[in-house]
Amino acid sequence: MSKKYDVIIIGAGISGCAVAWKLARYNLDILLLEKEADVATGTTKANTAIMHAGYNADPNKLKGRLNVKGNEEIREVSKKLNIPYEEIGSLVVGLEGDNLDVIDELYQKGLENDVKNMEIVGRDWLFEHEPNISKDAVKALWAPTAGVITPWEAALAMAQNAVANGAEVKLETAVEDVLTEDDEVVGVKTNQGNFAADYVVNAAGLYADEIAKMVGIEKINITPRKGEYYIYDHAKDFAVNHVVFPVPTPVSKGIVVTPTVENNLLIGPTSQNVESKTDLATTKEGLKKVYEGAKKLYPELDLRDTIRVFAGLRAADDSEDFVIEAAENVKGFINVAGIQSPGLASSTAIAGYTADILRDEGLTLSEKKDYIETREEPVRFYEMTNQERAEMVYQNKDYGQIICRCETVSYKEIVDAINSPVGARTVNAVKRRTRAGAGRCQGGFCGPRVVDILAQELGIDPTEVKQEEGNSQILEYKIKELLGSRVMGNA
Amino acid sequence: MLNIKKDLVIIGGGPAGLAAAKRAYDDGIEDVMILERDFELGGILPQCIHNGFGLHHFKEELTGPEYAQRFINDVDERNIEVKLDTMVLDVTKDRKVYAMNKKEGFLEIESKAVVLAMGCRERTAGAIGIPGTRPAGVITAGTAQRYTNIEGFVPGDEVVVLGSGDIGLIMARRMKLEGADVKAVCELLPYTGGLTRNVVQCLEDYDIPLMLNHTVTAIKGEGRLEAVEISEVDENLKPIPETAKTIKADTLLLSVGLIPENELSKKADVVLDDRTGGPIVNEGRETNIEGIFACGNVLHVHDLVDWVTEESQIAGAHAAKYIKDNFSKTEQCAEVKSGENVAYVIPQKLELEAGDRKKIPLYMRVSTPLTAVDINLYADGEKLYSFSEPFAKPGEMISVPLAQKTLDDLGNVNEIKVDIIEKEGE
Repeated sequence: MSKKYDVIIIGAGISGCAVAWKLARYNLDILLLEKEADVATGTTKANTAIMHAGYNADPNKLKGRLNVKGNEEIREVSKKLNIPYEEIGSLVVGLEGDNLDVIDELYQKGLENDVKNMEIVGRDWLFEHEPNISKDAVKALWAPTAGVITPWEAALAMAQNAVANGAEVKLETAVEDVLTEDDEVVGVKTNQGNFAADYVVNAAGLYADEIAKMVGIEKINITPRKGEYYIYDHAKDFAVNHVVFPVPTPVSKGIVVTPTVENNLLIGPTSQNVESKTDLATTKEGLKKVYEGAKKLYPELDLRDTIRVFAGLRAADDSEDFVIEAAENVKGFINVAGIQSPGLASSTAIAGYTADILRDEGLTLSEKKDYIETREEPVRFYEMTNQERAEMVYQNKDYGQIICRCETVSYKEIVDAINSPVGARTVNAVKRRTRAGAGRCQGGFCGPRVVDILAQELGIDPTEVKQEEGNSQILEYKIKELLGSRVMGNA
Repeated sequence: MLNIKKDLVIIGGGPAGLAAAKRAYDDGIEDVMILERDFELGGILPQCIHNGFGLHHFKEELTGPEYAQRFINDVDERNIEVKLDTMVLDVTKDRKVYAMNKKEGFLEIESKAVVLAMGCRERTAGAIGIPGTRPAGVITAGTAQRYTNIEGFVPGDEVVVLGSGDIGLIMARRMKLEGADVKAVCELLPYTGGLTRNVVQCLEDYDIPLMLNHTVTAIKGEGRLEAVEISEVDENLKPIPETAKTIKADTLLLSVGLIPENELSKKADVVLDDRTGGPIVNEGRETNIEGIFACGNVLHVHDLVDWVTEESQIAGAHAAKYIKDNFSKTEQCAEVKSGENVAYVIPQKLELEAGDRKKIPLYMRVSTPLTAVDINLYADGEKLYSFSEPFAKPGEMISVPLAQKTLDDLGNVNEIKVDIIEKEGE
């Protein structure tokens, strides 16, 4: 077995990364394990990317308690960790014919959850602040504290900060069993060997029930709930200024129309339980529902400038609440499960709550003297002025070579993304870190160059470069190799 | 920041930029700079290693690299300044160009005239919203062409092509030549989007099935593409569910349209035409912004590079005139309108003084395939003249000359209209 860690965290999605970030400030040996080749490749990479204000969550549930706290904390955390975050506010817009009482109920629930600065606004306010909204809009709940964030960057930033404070991250390391002795956690068995630890935090997202079962916990049951989306090119001609929700129904929050932090327009999600935890397929029916839903709020919206469709899976527990608690039957095992919406908005609060549980379970949390609070801001060429770009290129010529033309990403940014802590190993990992390939041509032009840079920096052959997980190689053969094998085969 | 002053800056060193540079130089503007983002000149031509280029312009059949090389040699002979690996980030309407490269860093170039020649990009899977997963192995045909012909890699060995644009047809054959099993080329419409000769030489000659009225209705596979579902479509182009069948494939190549790349043009407040996706131009290929010209695929998507060359010579010549202050416009411009069955006409307006008008070709496309057509030109509703063609296909651009005499007689015409009508009884 390895050296003994104080805490092993299973799963490097937003929750696992937040727990690692929270714990890394203490004198602890921390190991964060992820089965995929990058952090944030599950639910974290495919969701609505919203910091909910907190009026939706049931005040009697853990969700309600943690949402508002997480929303408040992110303001400071996003600054310290340089996570792109914009507090643009949200609207729940009631149209003629909707049950408008729901808007007042949400307002009341928001008050109970201590959501700040909410207002009920009327038509005039709406048409002034949201000029493209449906002319059938009657009134709305305006919650200025809601915001939009880049979820994978949030997870990455927290993982990188944890590493800067001494935590270890192991990718492509799948937990196969949780090891116990005398009803106490002693470590985990993985495809990369065994790792010893006093505490294990189960933040395995969609797979949290399977991990829990490894220590005999049966009460967690995760159902993958699919949400489908369209994403648009940078919104130029069609302004949407807030996170805009329809009036929710008892079964769904409905189709949201929102800008992203990077100023793309995002519409979605659907909400449908599916069988498979790997079923990330968009469907004709789902996409139709998304578009029709979005059009109710924005009748002028068309699909001309969409650049991608995608689906994500919510990790919904049967309780429809977060399940964050110490196991009763095994000492040292903590579940952080059922983290669906508002999980992203609650992430820092979830991490704090988890740290409290660990302390209650006997883990000593003493602050490091040399704790590093901040993460250096990655260079983001696309958001710089020409003057700033000129200065960057003057300092380092490698910024002078633009690889991704749609999103203005330089060679240096890509090389740094690969070589920084928790570095990119795949084409999609480069995309998440730099936006190379996230633009309107979807990597059509920069794809070959990114493959080439990854191969060079990682010292592998281009045919080994993967898009994301599993057997997702982009190129299968060197030229003439396939032809050669066919000819030989025929001979 | 390095400050440079140039008479003429050409953005893009593909066939359009090269021909415009050469022509402007030969017309007396020697202070020309070509800015190219790739590591070599030629644009997309170096990866087009098939033949079929130059039949109109050179009256001989060349490969893409050969066609490009002729213009690269011309530019070399004239010592026209070229900056490679240089990305233009910004163009302003007062013709300042901001660019960047590794060697010199950030450049600010003040120019008297700019030619926009950035070409086009391919429409992607996301843009057409095919349902299913997002595995590796779903790429545009042009990207596959780059991997194969420039980088030296073959994306996969069981291939389906969606879309029968020329690059799709060419890549179906190219993959076959590399030993891949090319299972089908699916086309949503009842006719192909590419040139007839490519349908014959790339599909028929290689027994690659062309499935008209078919589209991909689902993408399957978690890591790498495993299969695609294809379905027949009805007359409204809606998939018919009961016709769905699954084809095993590790590669889906998309050839579903090209989009003129005008993000830079918009920064200079250049107004675009919804129909072409490119700038609205006059007969000199000048945009609404004085001294900013456009030619090649950034203006409208061409099927033959020969027409790109012709158009770029027009742009180069007029940019030279503009710089020499020898470029005057009428008070009142004549709009060129697309009539029945016409998808678009370039230029969209005529506004140069009669003396500056030389025999002007009108470039146009039909919106639907037609046989035995009359191409009719009208000036303010009065028929000027007609041309007959045996057929007209959306995939093949039509060039119709506006004769010098007609131009001289135009006087104060407000509107030129073109329609393309099938002859009655045929």
